Amino acid sequence: MKAMRDVWGEKLVELGQSDPRTVVLDGDLANSTKVDKFAKAHPERFFQMGIAEQNLIGAAAGLASVGYVPWTSSFTVFFTHRAIDPVRMLVAQSHANVKIVGSYSGLLIGAVGKTHLDVQDLAIMRAMPDMTVLAPADGPELLAMMDWAQTYEGPVYLRIVRDAVPDLFGPDHTFTPGAVHRLRDGSDVALVSTGPQTGRVLAAADQLAAKRIEARVVHVGCLKPLDEDALRAELAGYDLVVTAEEHSVLGGLGGLVAEVLTATGPAPRIERIGVRDTWGESAGNDFMLTKHGLSAELVSRRVAGVLGSRVPA
Amino acid sequence: MTALSTDVVQQERDPGELAAIAQQARWQVIKAVTNAKAGHIGGPLSMMDLLVNLYFDELNVDPTRPDDPDRDRFILSKGHAAIGLYAVLALKGYLPLDELATFDKGDSRLQGHPDVTRLPGVDSSTGSLGQGLSVGVGMALGARLGKKDFHTWVLLGDGEIQEGMVWEAVQAAARYKLANLTAIVDRNGLQQFGLPSSEETSLTDRGDRRDPWFGVDLAAVFHAFGWRVVEIDGHDHAQIKSAYDLARAGDQQGRPTVILAHTVKGKGLSLAEGVYTWHSIVPTQEDFERARQELEADELDVLDNHQLSRTGVKA
Repeated sequence: MKAMRDVWGEKLVELGQSDPRTVVLDGDLANSTKVDKFAKAHPERFFQMGIAEQNLIGAAAGLASVGYVPWTSSFTVFFTHRAIDPVRMLVAQSHANVKIVGSYSGLLIGAVGKTHLDVQDLAIMRAMPDMTVLAPADGPELLAMMDWAQTYEGPVYLRIVRDAVPDLFGPDHTFTPGAVHRLRDGSDVALVSTGPQTGRVLAAADQLAAKRIEARVVHVGCLKPLDEDALRAELAGYDLVVTAEEHSVLGGLGGLVAEVLTATGPAPRIERIGVRDTWGESAGNDFMLTKHGLSAELVSRRVAGVLGSRVPA
Repeated sequence: MTALSTDVVQQERDPGELAAIAQQARWQVIKAVTNAKAGHIGGPLSMMDLLVNLYFDELNVDPTRPDDPDRDRFILSKGHAAIGLYAVLALKGYLPLDELATFDKGDSRLQGHPDVTRLPGVDSSTGSLGQGLSVGVGMALGARLGKKDFHTWVLLGDGEIQEGMVWEAVQAAARYKLANLTAIVDRNGLQQFGLPSSEETSLTDRGDRRDPWFGVDLAAVFHAFGWRVVEIDGHDHAQIKSAYDLARAGDQQGRPTVILAHTVKGKGLSLAEGVYTWHSIVPTQEDFERARQELEADELDVLDNHQLSRTGVKA
């Protein structure tokens, strides 16, 4: 099982070979994010912009405007917070052909603390008109999204994670903007997830099955654009919908599902699992998943608890 | 007055002719801002000689082919001076002069700040200050990578370069030896409000406001960052021309060039010159008539000889 950052770094090298318009801009983190692979393979198209993310984004917009396909690389937090104004004006408002890739997204990024943890990126980027917002569950989905983004003329935000995650999709997976994916079916509860959290939600569904609770699992890897009708169809008829994400419960996937389900009339109860309007901290992966209720075990217990409380004694 | 050429192709113009076009553009700015009852005046007027010299004598651009991949690139980083750029683009033939009346209005291509998605001829959106030079860095890197010889020009305000992002771009341009990139700083010595003048600062003050870079040797700063520095009078077309020629020729050491152009905010309109409150103002009827007297005399001479009619259709 390959680390997602290695999948991304190697795919960039391949895109560099297949499309000479491909350029990469790094914010002095290439050996963490693994775009050092691209730097080695295509040194003339690798730009080390130093510890200066605002200028990095501006230069990417300039390269895009003269015909290149820039992929920018840093930790998510430095794009979605530090450089957000150039992202807004020079990329989103300008419909620039820039692919902003935030590595080390979510909660499992090592013991770096609240300064480096970004639990608002999906909310911020979702609120940005013209921005495509992607959070792949695994390597195959990441590869498919990168192939699509390379040929799409416009701004894309892609959040990826550092570590290895189990494959949920097959090697021939292709990406369709806005599509939602049902990965398991069950009639008692619908679980919705994004990014690598989907793997843990599937494991939670297995644990629920052992308790005779059958869960449908829906993966939303593309938060924007979104086929809202398709999502509503997947979630129709359920009394309980549970969302889970390595992100704040405000404005990310949980917010998105609540917006979509309440837009057309009576909605089910929506339980949102994620970071509850607080900052992160330095800690290991298990600690973070446990603290924020995102481990498979805690997701399944939460679902079982809510369902149990609804059954009359 | 010298008659304007009807050629679309760029050619040498004499300083008097360029000065006349700049006066005409200034009048268009006054008219458009008065009509819109919104916009900026001081900044568009201070940069106008720099901009007119660039568009009418230096830039390798063709208004009939605004997307030509080999064209020179220009970024108005001080995007609040947009109406100045629109006036020059109109006189150059990118858009009908009449369209200046739509400035700042809903659905107009002429937004309060330049919008790359709306108006052909605008090479980058700007407005949130301090971002244009970074885009220029990307364009210059792209030119080198693609082995194209177009030059990238970025016009910045001296207030705007207080933004930290500008200095990120300054570092990157020097590190990558972008001799195909030129920054022009409209050094008018005033910003929107700034600090009030005081006795000890009077030597470098403009009017009753303190210079945004009071006590700082900007030329030394850019030089220390690895840039080639040229300092000129930004209203002297012969000096502007020399500076542009030098910048275009490149630098043996590969340094990017910055042209520190000393200008007067509100230049050309006596009411506005060096008066910080004219940064953004709607002229009164009395102001407007005064401006007409000072600037409009040039209008017919220029327009009658312009390659395009008032509606932008070739005569």
